[in-house]
Order: sequence, then structure tokens, then C-alpha cells
Amino acid sequence: MNAAQLPNLIPLLPEFVLGVGAMALLLVGVFRRAEGERFVDAAAIVLLAAAGVIIALLPAGKMTTFGGSFVVDEFARFLKILALLGSAAAIAMSLDYAKHEGEQRFEYSVLILLSTLGMLMLISAADLIALYLGLELMSLPLYVVAASHRNSLRSTEAGLKYFVLGALSSGMLLYGASLIYGFTGTVSFAGIAHAAGQGGVGLIFGIVFLFAGFCFKVSAVPFHMWTPDVYEGAPTPVTAFFAAAPKVAGIAMFVRAAVTAFPGLTSQWQQIVVFVSIASMALGSFAAIGQRNIKRLMAYSSIGHMGFALVGLAAGTTEGVQGVLVYVAIYMTMTLGVFAAILSMRRRTGMVESIDQLAGLSRTHPTLAFFLAMLLFSMAGIPPLAGFFAKFYVFLAAIKAGLYALAVLGVVTSVVGAYYYLYIVKLMYFDEPAGKFEQMPYELRVVLAICGLFNIFFFVYPAPLVGIASAAARSLF
Amino acid sequence: MTSWPILSVVTFLPLAGALFIALLPEDEAGIRNARWTALWTTFITFIISLILVWRFDPTSADFQFVEKQPWLGGAISYAMGVDGISLPFVVLTTALMPISILASWTAIQLRVRDYMIAFLVLETLMVGTFCALDLVLFYLFFEGGLIPMFLIIGVWGGPRRVYASFKFFLYTLLGSVLMLLAIMAMYWEAGTTDIASLLHHSFPLSLQKWAWFAFLASFAVKLPMWPVHTWLPDAHVEAPTAGSVILAAILLKMGGYGFLRFSLPMFPDASAQLAPLIYVLSVVAIVYTSLVALMQEDMKKLIAYSSVAHMGFVTMGIFAVTAQGVAGGIFQMVSHGIVSAALFLCVGIVYDRMHTREIAAYGGLVNRMPLYAFVFMVFTLANVGLPGTSGFVGEFLSLIGTFRVNTWVATLATLGTILSAAYALWLYRKIIFGKLEKPSLFNIKDIGLREIAIMAPLVILTIVFGVYPKLVLDISSASVAQLIDNYQHAVGAVHAAALAR
Repeated sequence: MNAAQLPNLIPLLPEFVLGVGAMALLLVGVFRRAEGERFVDAAAIVLLAAAGVIIALLPAGKMTTFGGSFVVDEFARFLKILALLGSAAAIAMSLDYAKHEGEQRFEYSVLILLSTLGMLMLISAADLIALYLGLELMSLPLYVVAASHRNSLRSTEAGLKYFVLGALSSGMLLYGASLIYGFTGTVSFAGIAHAAGQGGVGLIFGIVFLFAGFCFKVSAVPFHMWTPDVYEGAPTPVTAFFAAAPKVAGIAMFVRAAVTAFPGLTSQWQQIVVFVSIASMALGSFAAIGQRNIKRLMAYSSIGHMGFALVGLAAGTTEGVQGVLVYVAIYMTMTLGVFAAILSMRRRTGMVESIDQLAGLSRTHPTLAFFLAMLLFSMAGIPPLAGFFAKFYVFLAAIKAGLYALAVLGVVTSVVGAYYYLYIVKLMYFDEPAGKFEQMPYELRVVLAICGLFNIFFFVYPAPLVGIASAAARSLF
Repeated sequence: MTSWPILSVVTFLPLAGALFIALLPEDEAGIRNARWTALWTTFITFIISLILVWRFDPTSADFQFVEKQPWLGGAISYAMGVDGISLPFVVLTTALMPISILASWTAIQLRVRDYMIAFLVLETLMVGTFCALDLVLFYLFFEGGLIPMFLIIGVWGGPRRVYASFKFFLYTLLGSVLMLLAIMAMYWEAGTTDIASLLHHSFPLSLQKWAWFAFLASFAVKLPMWPVHTWLPDAHVEAPTAGSVILAAILLKMGGYGFLRFSLPMFPDASAQLAPLIYVLSVVAIVYTSLVALMQEDMKKLIAYSSVAHMGFVTMGIFAVTAQGVAGGIFQMVSHGIVSAALFLCVGIVYDRMHTREIAAYGGLVNRMPLYAFVFMVFTLANVGLPGTSGFVGEFLSLIGTFRVNTWVATLATLGTILSAAYALWLYRKIIFGKLEKPSLFNIKDIGLREIAIMAPLVILTIVFGVYPKLVLDISSASVAQLIDNYQHAVGAVHAAALAR
């Protein structure tokens, strides 16, 4: 009998390692309360690395399992490795913070592992049910870690807000998924693509709700409201985590669902993505200008960046998807680097979050200031830094797809956005010092240096990343 | 064939110097070494760029010293090369850099290492802009220059430096991003961003028009043309002396170079149709900004406005697309590069002594500073366009080039030369002549050895180019002739097609 046969589990190997490892670490943590945290943190990073190695070693080409609902292709490989890198960096960046705040809990790393497992599932999901499972597995630990400072009002408020709004968005996503199922009779992306044909009002309705759920996860306007509050309220290493890996996974599901499930309806969903993209870029640029809290500012910045990434999706072409992939990869390095700098904004009295505290940083901490300035210029998209190439590829795709209005509005908002990045550079370089920070911990230096050097020297040899992204994009079409 | 990549060496040698300075310690000896390293690096770069001139074949209109490496995949490559249009700017850049470093020798005391690094990085980006033979690579260098210049104005600038640096950065960025979109559209249309092949690609008229405007947005801000020139006086006034020198002498020239390299040859039909717009903007720039210059109380601001007026001659000459007009435009840019740089240095010399740039604070300097008075006079007269100085040749050529095409424009522009005499001589009289009445000036010293070393080459070049302009004109003549040939051919073809219909 076929039914008794075990499905092919080889493509699932990295997820297996991660899931089993996370559960084992949970046990280890419980039994070795006293000195468990350090071991769990280190083991979590090792597990993430192991999962990454396994992904790289999996046989090449497209593999599917569970009746086609789980896919491993170039696209999935690329984004999974990115998500693993983001999570590993987030754990590394939290070590020193937890020690200082007296919030060392082994559950933190385990929760991040479980959330990462959800991301991997999400990235590989090729039907609506697998997508929802992955999404919830990714999100539930996020709600918990957002509130991980149990005694902090801000942190618990952030967790609760995130949870309530997240539940609402899941509801919308499910409603959209049920409509799509109702009008096509299937949940698999390939089946939907086949059955959708020219679409119809009901199906379009479903797509709108589905996309609303996606937009919430990538914090795109008009479903961005949670972002500034959660970014500001959550403990800073958690914010660093939120800004990197989950965004990668969110963009992955957005792209895969839009491109593989609704290829015949591109002209329909394109309008939604174009609107969301313009609105995100504009809000991300204008609303950030008035911010004085650097975490809130980074929240608006990430809203804007997601808008830019979606420019590539709006094109709906191979070049567009390639642009999106290059964008999220570079976005992740920029964000992690900037958060490494934010996490080192510690005075003897504790962490500071106001951007005015960065004044004169170039005198007190020249290397930190230099890397942070380069990352900020990169975020503003100034050549020859990596951020320029990120924007270059998405707009290249938009121009080819004939989305001229989107491209022009996009580059104009990028100039507006440049203002607040420049403002921070101005604080660091033009103003008088506001006093020294504490010595920067070793892990943060490593993360900052890697991200900074990557952004500065990307232009020398961009071919590998661009080539892999191009192969990954082709695997979807 | 060249055996070694000489253009890459000229471009990236300053960057290597910058990296070396970054490794120096930040103490007394480190600062001294930073100064000397910067000077030697820029000087050696200049010497190597002279090899370029020596081995350049002026009879050929092709790109020379070409290098090509795969870079971004697709048809976007790392391509470098120079022709008769870009070579003068490369040498102008490398020649002015040691002078700017010398000019900041004592004026900059704060964060000397960072300052030298910023200047060397800026030199790499500027030389790269003129050498790039790929549109994306060009854009990379062109825009990258914003970062060091932003820091130079913002860190070492005057009291309103924050405002000026932001205005400079955002203005220029806004113009350039539109050009980037046009570059992308050209890539999809022609399938390549290689400049040498794009020069022979004929774009459809609709694309030509909007791409022409997108490039105009970028170059008009950079040049700057009226009415988007307002960032320039602010940036000039606030920048340190060497920053003003580089800004006026080289960064502005990128705009003019862009018109010559891209707008004219790649969009000839759009250029032909829209040239009247450029004429109007140029004439307004020449007359209006000259009048504005007459009203200034700050020396640097006056020179900044006179720069805008002189750039008006450049755009007018270029878009006349006659042999004299284009050659005049190029010559005017080179000449203005020398003269405006020298004028800013002259202001810097008295500013270093008195720490004010107000015209009213000076007077009768000839009594205490005869050498300075002589040097300042040479450049004032060059700025006015007196025959025998380089300023005359550029203005004269662009005027006669335009006269053949449009008499009215040339006539109105001639008014500008009269006005330039008015404000430049007025400035000179106020500062140098008259009685030495102000007590603060009684002890002012004449220029010293270092300042003479800075000024002497500029004085010599101004007069040599004025008397024997063939030195520059010969280098560019073949390339200019080809540019005009291709242009006439393209416009003629459209004209013939219109007649046939």
C-alpha cells in the first residue's frame, strides 16, 4: 500500500535537525538550570550552522515531499541560509545584553530556534496549509520573545500588541486562503495556478485578504502599525532579530505565493503590490524624519526597505524576484550591522536609545562611527555601497516591466529617506561628543565588522550573490 | 597596447594612499605623515597621469588605454578608457589635487587624518567618473563622490556647514536618481551599458526625450544651471578652501562632461529639439547670476555666482554643437577649473590671515601684499576674460560657436562678459586698492613660499593656455570632430526622414 509508505524525508533534514535539536536543548536547559544558558546559546548557534551546512549539502535541483506541499529549490535554499544567518547573528548579539540586564534565560535561544524552524517551513511551503503552519510556528515564539522582559511594561505591552494584531492578520490570511480554496477547489500553489485561469471577483477577494496577511508579516503599509511600537518596546536584541530573519521569511512566502500560485493573475495582484510598495516607501521615508528613538527610527526604516523590496515583486518577473532576493540579503546585513551598533550604545547607567546620544561618536569611537556611517549611507542607497546595488536591481526590474511611475516615486522617496540617515551621520561626525559608551563586546564587534566590510566591499566582487539570486529566481518560474 | 592598467592605477592609487593613512596612529607624527603621504600620493598620481598625456594619440577619436573586466554580470562590466574629451578633465583633477592638499597644509588642524582620507577617496571617485566607460560604473563614481564631499563640508566647514552639506547632498542626489532610471531604461533598450557601444546606438525619439530630461536633471544640478544652482553658493561659502577648490574646479565639470559624453551623442535628436531650452537657461544664468554676483558682500559667494555664470557659457557652447562651440565649452571648463580654483585659493589666503570673507573688511592690501595683489590680478583678469588669459579663449570660442547657430543668444551672452568685468574688477578694487585704513590689516603678511608654490603653476597655466590654447584644443579636437560628425549625421537622418514623409 502506498499510504503506509513514509514520505521522502531527505528534503526535510535541516528542519529535522533544528526541531529535534531545539527540543533536546529545552531538556538540557531545564536540567542544567545553573550554567545552562551559555551552553544552550552556543549549541543553538551550532545547530543553526549545522542546518545551514545540511542545506548546502542537499542534492541539487528541485525536491518535493509531502505530496508537493514542501519544496526545496534554489529559491528556498538561498532564503533558508539567509534566515539561518540572521537568527544566528541575533542569538550572538543577545549574549552580552542578557548578561547586563540580568535576563539570561535559556528559553530565549530555544524560542529563536523554533521560530527559525517555522521560517524554514514557511520558505519551503508550496500550499496554503503548509504556509499557515510555517507562519504560525514562526510567529508564536516571536510573540513570546517580544514580551521576554516580563517585568518591563514596555516589553509586555509590545508582546501583547504584537500578539493581538498578529492574530488578526492570521485571521485575515486564513479568510483569504479559504476564499481561494473555495473558488479554486485546491490548496496547492500549482493547483491554484492551474485552476485560477482568468480569476474572478471571489478569487481576487481571496488574494486581497491573503496579501493583507502577508503585508502584516513584512510590515508593509497599511498593515505596519504594530512595527514602531513593537520595535521600540521589545528588548533590543529581539528587535534586531525581528528586523532580520522573519522579514526574510515573510518576503519569501509573499514572493512564492504570488509568483507560483497566481501567475495568470499577475496584472491583478500587481496593482496591490504597487500600491503597498509606494505607500511603504513613502511612509518609511517621511515618518522616520521626526523620530528621535533609534529603534523606532529603524522600524520606519524597515517599513521603507520592505517597500523597496516589494518594487521587485511588483515587476512580477524573474529579474524582479532576483532583485527582491538581492535586496533582502543586503538589507539583512545592513540591519544586523546597524543593530550591532545600537546594542553597543550602552553607558554606565544602562542602554540609551535616543539618537542624540550618538553625537560626536566619530571622536569617541572612530571605528564604530565609521562602520555605522557606512551602513547608513548604504541604507540610503548611495553608491558604491551595497545598498545601492540592492535598489539598483529592484528598480532595474521595475523599469523593464514598465512600472515607470513606481520607479520614479521610489527613487524620489529614497532621496527623502536619505535625509534621516544623513541626520545620524551628521550627529556622529559634525557635532560635539556626548560622552563615551562602554567598551563594545566582542560578538558585536564581529557582527558589525562583517556587515560593514560586506557593505563597503560588495562592489568589488558582486557576482556571487547576484548569480545565486538569479539562479534562485529562475527556479520559481 | 598598454601592458599595465594605467587608468586603474591613476584611479585607485589615491585610494591606496587613503588606506595607508587610515593605518597611521593619531598622534603628532601620524598627522605629519598623513599630510606628507597625501601630498606624495596625489603628486605621484599626477605624474602618472602625465604619462597618459604623453602616450595619448591625439589623432584618434577612439577610446584609449581601454580596460575591460566582467563585473555585474550581464552586459555591465568594469570598463575604463579615455578619449580627447575626458583626458583633459582627468589631468585637471590630478593636477589640482596636490595643490588642494598643499592649500590645506596649515589651514586644517582638526582631524587631519580623516581630512586627507576624505580628499584621497574623493580623488579616486572623481578620476573614476571621467575614466568610466560603463554607465553603471560612471554612476557609481559620480554619486560616490557625494559621501566624501558631504563630510568635507560638514566636518571642516564654516558656521552654517550642516545646512550647506545637507542641501548639497540632497539636491545632487535628487537629480541623479532620475538619471539612474534613465540609465536602466537605456540598458533594457540597448542591452548594454557600455558607453562605447551606446555612442553608436540610436534610441527611439520618445525614449531619447525623457532620458534627455533625466540626464539634464542630474547634470543641471551638478553643473549647476539656473534655476537649480542655489546649493552652490551655500556649499562654497561653508566648505573649507580646498573643498571649494575641488567643488568649483572638478565636481562642477562632471555636469559639463556628462552633457558631452551622454546627452549630445546618445540623444542627438532630443538635444537638437531641446537646445533652445538650454540656450534660454544659459543666457539667464549668464546675465542673472552676474547681476546677483554684483550684489554680494561675501568674497566666496561672489566667486560662486560667477562660476554659475561661466558655466552658462559652457552649456551654451556645448549645445550649439559647432566645432568652436564644443571646443570652447571644453576649454572654458578647463580654464574655469584653473581660474576659479585659484580665486578660491586667493580668498583662502586672506581668510587664513583674517578669518573673514567679508569684502568690506578688506581694502588697500596692495600696500602690504604686493605679490598677492599681482596673483589676484592675473586671476581676476582671467575671470573677466581678458585676451592673453585662458578665460578669453573659452568664452570667445563658445561665443563664436553659438553666434553661427543663434545670433540672439550669443549677443545676450556677450552682455554677461561686460557684467563679469564689472563685478570682478569691483571686487579687486575693494580688496586690493584704496587706502590701507583698517587697523586689523596693518600687520598682514604677504604670501609665503608654500603659497607661492601653490599659485605659481596656476599663474603659468593661465597665461600659457591663454597664449597657446592649442595644448588643450589639440588633445580634444579629434574626439570633438567625431562627436559633431555623429551628431550631424543622426540629426540629418531624422530630418531626411521627416522630409520624405
